[in-house]
Amino acid sequence: MIDVKNLTKTYGSLRAVNNISFSVDEGEIVGFLGPNGAGKTSTIRILTCYHPATSGQATVGGYDVFTQSMQIRRMMGYLPEATPLYPEMRVREYLQFRGKLHGLDRSARLSAISRVTDRCWLGDFINRPIGQLSKGMKQRVGLADAMLCDPKVLVLDEPTIGLDPTQIRETRNLIKQLGEHHTILFSSHILSEVEQTCSKIILIAKGRVVAQGTPAELREKVSADSKIFVEVKGPAKEIQAVIDAIEGTRAVELDGAAEGEWNRFVITGTGQRDIREPVAKVIQDKGWGLRELRREVASLEDFFVKIIAEQEN
Amino acid sequence: MRNVSPVMQRELGAFFYSPIAYAVLTIFLLLLGIFFTATTFIPGNRSSLEYLADLMPVVFVLFLPVLTMRLLSDEYRTGTIETLMTAPVGESDVVIGKFLGAFVFFIVMLATTLLYAFIVSAYGQLDWGMLASTYLGMLMLGALYLSVGLFFSACSGNQIIAAISSMVLLLVFTFLSDYLAGKSGGALKLILRHLSIREHFHGFTRGLIDGNDIVFFVTSTGLFLFLTVKVLESRRWR
Repeated sequence: MIDVKNLTKTYGSLRAVNNISFSVDEGEIVGFLGPNGAGKTSTIRILTCYHPATSGQATVGGYDVFTQSMQIRRMMGYLPEATPLYPEMRVREYLQFRGKLHGLDRSARLSAISRVTDRCWLGDFINRPIGQLSKGMKQRVGLADAMLCDPKVLVLDEPTIGLDPTQIRETRNLIKQLGEHHTILFSSHILSEVEQTCSKIILIAKGRVVAQGTPAELREKVSADSKIFVEVKGPAKEIQAVIDAIEGTRAVELDGAAEGEWNRFVITGTGQRDIREPVAKVIQDKGWGLRELRREVASLEDFFVKIIAEQEN
Repeated sequence: MRNVSPVMQRELGAFFYSPIAYAVLTIFLLLLGIFFTATTFIPGNRSSLEYLADLMPVVFVLFLPVLTMRLLSDEYRTGTIETLMTAPVGESDVVIGKFLGAFVFFIVMLATTLLYAFIVSAYGQLDWGMLASTYLGMLMLGALYLSVGLFFSACSGNQIIAAISSMVLLLVFTFLSDYLAGKSGGALKLILRHLSIREHFHGFTRGLIDGNDIVFFVTSTGLFLFLTVKVLESRRWR
């Protein structure tokens, strides 16, 4: 549905997007993830035909963004980052106006407006001037506008930014629901959000795609060792030596100060091996007290942070 | 061209919501009212709106750029240009729609001055033909000024800069070129006269509809609308 090849965008000497390639299949929900200033908005603006690429190619639904932008604009719904709206218009007037721009006739407009106001819970606010709405409500109006012409592709730039936690959850669910009928590309700098909603993640930093794949695929790439947290009552030195002797441990370190007789340790295992059982066993054999034993697999979050940090250096 | 009408309607609506438009309308009427009583509405005076018509270029230079300054700069400032230009709308639809929106508001503004014509006609013999030609001239003058204002609004995200630039350009071509033409001679004088907006407007106020003047107003308005479209399109080249 969306095909991007070697896309580059420079502003003067600043290279905002650097030779990016990726593709989005029909019906996918793709999360465009990256820290602020990674080039997400620049890429999205090229795909929505707002500004041209410096070099490279991008097509949406088989149409070229530069030469066939009208066709793309007809089949795409776009929510820009700051949700720009006309404050003096009422919600209904605004949706009417946008419907006309998309060439919907009177009856199509009415049914489209009632569809999107239902979907985005705008019913109570339909006759309010946009300028009086809260940030979250404006976001919904923008989303309603993006969905108005029942587009094949929805592009949402930071759709949850500035929303409160309830609204974030509502928006996420809405995006998931919309994913059943639309191809969605949305950008975010919050990993958990993308992880929960997307079938595919494209991670970008400093204008480059640094990783892409399903959340599961990305998790597999996380090569960091698993960690085990354990809290034991007993002599610290001896405990350390005993645990270190277990096969599959790489390092055992004291974690923070002791709480009376209780000592906390962090055990680094080799790879993804789970050594909780042997650890529990030796502690029991020695007759020491045990009150915590917890394993932590390296998360996508660590991966994300690590990869971004690598790019920055 | 399908999208000219929704853009125009939205723009016209925005005018009636905007306090600036009402302020312009109020001051415009106040100023003309004072001027009308002071110059025309005097016993023994000629029953025509000549004085008022002669004042129009000055009034329009000051007022029309204030009406147009918002048209595109505000879209840049608030970012709505992004939603607008990613909808299936051509640049020319946007420019023509916005121009027509402003033009309709201008017509409403101008229509209020017809009151003076009725007042004059109640007290004397008004030459309706001459009045019609005066209003045709004012419409053409207004259209040109609005297109210049729209052009500068497309050039800047700052409304004040847009308004002042258009005022300066309009002052130069309305008054300065006229003044310089009077000071110079030969071919230069001829060129400056042809470039003077006031010179072309003058005929209309005397009941003289000249093809030359009509061509001047229509082409220069068209030129500025065309330039506005190009400025808006230039976003796609950068």
